[in-house]
Amino acid sequence: MATEKPPWWKTDFGPPKYDLFLPEAIKKNYGKWAYHEVIRPGVIKRVAESGDVVYTVRFGTPRLISIYTVRELCDIADKYCDGYLRWTSRHNVEFILTDESKIDDLIKEVEEKVGFPCGGTWDTPRGKYGLTNIIHTQGWVHCHTPAIDASGIVKAIMDELYEYFVDMKLPGLCRISLACCANMCGAVHASDISMVGIHRTPPLVDDDAVRRMCELPTTAASCPNAAIRINAKKKTVEVDGEKCMYCGNCYTMCPGMPLFDPENDGTAILCGGKVSDARHPPELSKVVVPWVPNEPPRWPSVVDYVKKIFMAWANNAKKHERMIEFIERIGWERFFELAGLDFSWHLIDDFRVPPFMYASYRIGTQFRW
Amino acid sequence: MSETPLLDQIPDGPWPSFVKEIRKTAELQEKAIKEGKEIKMPGCAKALLKQLERSYEDKKTHWKHGGIVSVVGYGGGVIGRYSDLGDELPEVHHFHTIRVNMPAGWFYSTKALRQLMDVWEKWGSGLLNMHGSTGDIILLGTRSEYLQPCFEDMMKMDPPFDIGGSGSDLRTPSACMGPALCEFACFDTLDLCYDLTMEYQNELHRPMWPYKFKFKISGCPNDCVAAKARSDFAIIGTWKGDIQIDQEAVKEYAEWMDIEEEVVKLCPTGAISYDAEKKEIKIDNSNCVRCMHCINKMPKALKPGKERGATICIGAKAPCVEGAIIGWVAVPFIPADELKDRVKEIVEPLWDWWDDEGKFRERIGEFIWRKGMGMFLRVIGQEPDVRMIKHPRTNPFMYFEENELRPSKVVEELKKRGVKFKSLEREEEE
Repeated sequence: MATEKPPWWKTDFGPPKYDLFLPEAIKKNYGKWAYHEVIRPGVIKRVAESGDVVYTVRFGTPRLISIYTVRELCDIADKYCDGYLRWTSRHNVEFILTDESKIDDLIKEVEEKVGFPCGGTWDTPRGKYGLTNIIHTQGWVHCHTPAIDASGIVKAIMDELYEYFVDMKLPGLCRISLACCANMCGAVHASDISMVGIHRTPPLVDDDAVRRMCELPTTAASCPNAAIRINAKKKTVEVDGEKCMYCGNCYTMCPGMPLFDPENDGTAILCGGKVSDARHPPELSKVVVPWVPNEPPRWPSVVDYVKKIFMAWANNAKKHERMIEFIERIGWERFFELAGLDFSWHLIDDFRVPPFMYASYRIGTQFRW
Repeated sequence: MSETPLLDQIPDGPWPSFVKEIRKTAELQEKAIKEGKEIKMPGCAKALLKQLERSYEDKKTHWKHGGIVSVVGYGGGVIGRYSDLGDELPEVHHFHTIRVNMPAGWFYSTKALRQLMDVWEKWGSGLLNMHGSTGDIILLGTRSEYLQPCFEDMMKMDPPFDIGGSGSDLRTPSACMGPALCEFACFDTLDLCYDLTMEYQNELHRPMWPYKFKFKISGCPNDCVAAKARSDFAIIGTWKGDIQIDQEAVKEYAEWMDIEEEVVKLCPTGAISYDAEKKEIKIDNSNCVRCMHCINKMPKALKPGKERGATICIGAKAPCVEGAIIGWVAVPFIPADELKDRVKEIVEPLWDWWDDEGKFRERIGEFIWRKGMGMFLRVIGQEPDVRMIKHPRTNPFMYFEENELRPSKVVEELKKRGVKFKSLEREEEE
């Protein structure tokens, strides 16, 4: 039944246009920035061609926040920044100021009232790098396919690495990210250190749910390893446990294919990926720890592995070297030694052969013209 | 005795705690209710903590598989989420997500944010992600019957906020802060992001493709939004021509920087030399691969060349199902002022082809692997370029189209027998 829509009704109107939300100093100098300097951890001075200066002051957040916290941040932005603020691509919140003398008060107010730490910056000219926030996914807080929690692990790791966020004492950039299953909403496959939730047992087929909710051919076709066979007689599917590599794609397609096992789900740890083209072209992360059990609430083993990998790099990398540059210089054998990691057969790729053709495609933007 | 002894251990330590945020929401929601505010999801933050505590005990999620929910007129942007503890915790039995399309670059006015928070205080859990992985504002947790009135209140805001993408549609495009704050931006990332988002509203709101499709836009090869790794269609700023050098600023850096050690020696192609006496640098631009290292090191002294534009990389995605892919080069260079038009000229026939011939849940990168780069380039109208590859192929199993063959008796005979030759043209629909 079609009903008359009210006059304010609309769809497909899109997001607010970005220029509605730019402070005056940015509007005036849009596209005309000359250079920037990091004047202290968390504070970047940006100088325009006009000579105008703005300061961006960055704070780490837990990503999952309260509307009441957003209101507190708004109060502070009203007081110091003419009512504007922004978020970065890594869950940090940034305040933009024109008056340098207000920076101390702003930082004090955010840290005391909201409890978010100032930091997350790096000073490439001086070769002093801080750690920025961990990109992550929903985990047990709000997702139906996770093998691990997300926010809880991130909290435990950032507690451990906190001093590197609020200071700039690392040799290079280090991006850490976490995805709670192989669907990877967080796309952590190109980070210096990444964690991904994995399952280790094939789906425990719920025949009744398969019958009620799933298309058999679609469910079978969802398996990249052809491990799912249709049992037409019983109107369900069967899984070849020797072929399944627990990716969970079938569960995404069909609720009758749950593959959760609290005792066997856990975290795989990868390292050596990057997306920037600076010096070394983009690179996929590589698995260095095949599985770590779930240990809520403080996840000591994952934290310990990440810290070992992080410190092996932080203590031995040359200035500006990212994880993959460091590892390629010293060699993977030396890296496993330095990080105190065991090498096992799981780390040798046996998931089919990636297409030869892709191996020769150029990634990144490093061209000669 | 606490009801959440495991979660109680999470706020320990200096990093801000999400558990604290949930608790704060629970407390302040209660206070707001006492003050007479209309709140449709009372008690849900507290129930969420109880459910999470149970996950921490059981070491598994308690959210059930999807369920289709939506708002009128759209097919995407709202994600059904139900608790398997619904009987015990009715406050979070329905706990659906609304993805809200963020402004490009994640800039906000407090006026707009406050309005959105008011809407979410009334209709939802009062909890959100700033931001989700794709870039949307993620409103976490409301009931099916509140989705529509919540969206209607978003329509009435000044300015209004629209819903983002989900499912097999165009996901919310995102961009780095670009020219708003960064001197490295090789084109206007925010403008392009907004333009594409507005142009493709239908594709964004109504899932119609084999699978999802992501645009991400970074103003320079540093790629602050990780477009190269995360988007089917990555637009990455770059330039041609010479890096602009301000030798006076080089001299300033030389006061305290070891230019030889940290700039010259780290150039991946050895294209920079430094004259320590004159305190000047020289760049062999024909050998520069525009990696950004020297510019990152000396932002005051070095700038990207004046002929600016972007590279298109295609196919990036997470590991499910054919393995993780970093996007590869589809178009090496598009001048900045042609980007808006060229991107549309490329992507529209590409979508059309993928929509017709892609398999269910086949991302564009996997689809192109199956079909071949030759066909892909023909579809998007792009000439092959040596900059698309690290090296030419190592096997001789090349295809040839019929018009590349010399006329011969064998060709005639094959044709007479009905043998079809490789063609890069899409088959006409009968």
